[in-house]
Amino acid sequence: MKILATQTDSPESADRRSFVRGVGVLTGVIALGHPLAALLPSRAWAVELRVLSSAEAAALLAMIRTIAPHDTLDDAAYALVVNAIDGDAAASTAARNDFKAGIASLGDGFARMPESARVQHLKQLEAGAFFQSVRLKTLLVLYSNPIAWAHFGFEGEAFSKGGYLLRGFNDLKWLPDVPLADSGPMPLG
Amino acid sequence: MPRYELNDTDVVVIVGSGAGGGTMANELTRRGLKVVMFEAGKRQSPATFSQNPGEAFAQLTWLEPRSQSGTWDPVKTSPTLPAWHCRTVGGTTVHWTAATPRLQPYEIRARTTYGEIPGASLADWPIDYAELKRWYQVAEKRLGVTRRNGNPGMPASNNFKVMHAGARRLGYKRVHTNYLAINSRPRDGRGLCIQQGFCVQGCKTAAKWSTLYTEIPRAEASGRLDLRTECFVTRIEHDDAGRATGVVYRDAAGAEQRQRARIVCVAGNAIETARLLLLSESGRFAHGLANGSGQVGRNYCHHVLSFVFGIFDQPVSFWRGAVLAGVVEDENIHDPRRGFAGGYHLELAMLDLPTLPLIGMPYGWGRDFASVIDNYRNMAGMLVNGEDMPRSDNRITLSTTLKDAYGLPVAHIHCDPHANDVAMRAHATGQGRKIYEAVGAKRTVVSPVTPATHQMGTARMSHDPQLGVTNAYGRAHEVPNLFVSDGSVQTTAGAANPTLTIVALALRQAEHIGREVAGGRL
Repeated sequence: MKILATQTDSPESADRRSFVRGVGVLTGVIALGHPLAALLPSRAWAVELRVLSSAEAAALLAMIRTIAPHDTLDDAAYALVVNAIDGDAAASTAARNDFKAGIASLGDGFARMPESARVQHLKQLEAGAFFQSVRLKTLLVLYSNPIAWAHFGFEGEAFSKGGYLLRGFNDLKWLPDVPLADSGPMPLG
Repeated sequence: MPRYELNDTDVVVIVGSGAGGGTMANELTRRGLKVVMFEAGKRQSPATFSQNPGEAFAQLTWLEPRSQSGTWDPVKTSPTLPAWHCRTVGGTTVHWTAATPRLQPYEIRARTTYGEIPGASLADWPIDYAELKRWYQVAEKRLGVTRRNGNPGMPASNNFKVMHAGARRLGYKRVHTNYLAINSRPRDGRGLCIQQGFCVQGCKTAAKWSTLYTEIPRAEASGRLDLRTECFVTRIEHDDAGRATGVVYRDAAGAEQRQRARIVCVAGNAIETARLLLLSESGRFAHGLANGSGQVGRNYCHHVLSFVFGIFDQPVSFWRGAVLAGVVEDENIHDPRRGFAGGYHLELAMLDLPTLPLIGMPYGWGRDFASVIDNYRNMAGMLVNGEDMPRSDNRITLSTTLKDAYGLPVAHIHCDPHANDVAMRAHATGQGRKIYEAVGAKRTVVSPVTPATHQMGTARMSHDPQLGVTNAYGRAHEVPNLFVSDGSVQTTAGAANPTLTIVALALRQAEHIGREVAGGRL
């Protein structure tokens, strides 16, 4: 996934490029106030697709959002999953055909259906290989990137910051402290 | 590091470098023996451990496929990864969470204590508890176990505060920060735990005991360890008298090699140990090496495992702190009034992202699923670890459908949970929910049976050679210079996380080998 550095790289210009290449692009803008917005050179992002068309990517994005619906989690996080599946689809002709057929089985207008209709539709596909491969990829990619970690509050690795020993591993105040006999003293206390 | 000749008939071969193999390497080289240790994986170090959960998983895990069958959950929830263990120098001690409880006296007398249980292949261990306890004490000193030998307990984390308060309200008495092979103070040339919470990714401070940076470097310092990494043993060979003569292996370049040996110790984790013995079939051992009893691969145990999560109105931040630093011991008893034989531990646990949805909620999708992860900050977690019943048909065989890169059949795992396991799991997860509800959980979530992280029983110890594969020293009944040095030898599972028992039995086995060699009998 590329997070493009200029706001001028608008969806229109991206669409023109995809027309030239015969593949799609998925674009978005990270919400103002999002923790990442301050860190990135631009809030605009775009995924250049190798295999999937823009319409296929939009349907896939809707499917992924139905599998893992976190309303306030930015589309940029979901686009990472689309990007990963596009990469898998690019691996071979068979994979490309399988994914394109899978997305086609979502039907026209899937991305515009109300959520309840999308859920009903996916339940019918649930036992199949396409659904399961998208579901697994969603779990693997969506929940292992810094956008999602920031969203859910997971602070990730702490070795580089000296661990949590002095940074809140025992800062819970809404229950009583554990007696020393059942635990142990702080090593640096 | 020495490089012993392939035709050196004086070396001891050890297959696997984890809790059993790594400990054996230190103990045998210390006694003056020459050792060649094979490890299928690569060598990492605290400096190279990845701190990205997905990368660390790929770096450390045994990812070669397995086929599986039966009615246990991983057939459906984890079809390609029924067992989660390591393929790296140090084996599963690199990713373990370092809980080191002892088995209880009743547990090594399971057949006598529980009586005949239909559908279970229970047996008593061929070892006295006093003897096992003596070796537990040696192992606990070696590993620096907390709450033993004057080592302070771990301080209480947020996650443990929730477990402790809830368990006390239910009336549980033995609730503490667990026995852990993690330094609560600097010790043995290694630092203390800084509560990173990334135990499973490999401990960056080496506060957690692993053979990777304790037993194996000591064995190397002896000048008598030839450690061959990325080398995969495919067969154990024997002579006409039925004694092991060495191993066939693929070296790091994939070329087939043959290493001679005076003694072979197999410590590949109970799935691969059984697979290697089965792959070593011959005219004399038509059903696999040392398998005249037909017991190799059978009685596979993996513990009754389930996560229980509680969701609260206020933050817990359960990812902060040593993962398993908490336990409720009160249910580690045999009390048939609960509706099942044997007992269980409730152990503190957390799962990072993305492991929580992958392992903790593997079926999940949709609103209900997502709403659990939305509450990630406010979750507390624990893991049920209970004794599962050995069953003759819960077993490792050679896959008829899948082959590895060398064209050899991979391990096939068949598991049907015993009714006792099902009843225990229902009781244990129910108690886990009550613990969280007692301190105000607004919701509790129970995982299905997780991929197996504890592998036991596939070459079990027995007095009667017809009922097991190895004797009380883990020595094959049928092949006098073949030893099994991992959890495969456990006669039954008990409720204890197996590593302390593996180390205790390896220390004892090494002393036995040293005595036999000194006496000219090996």
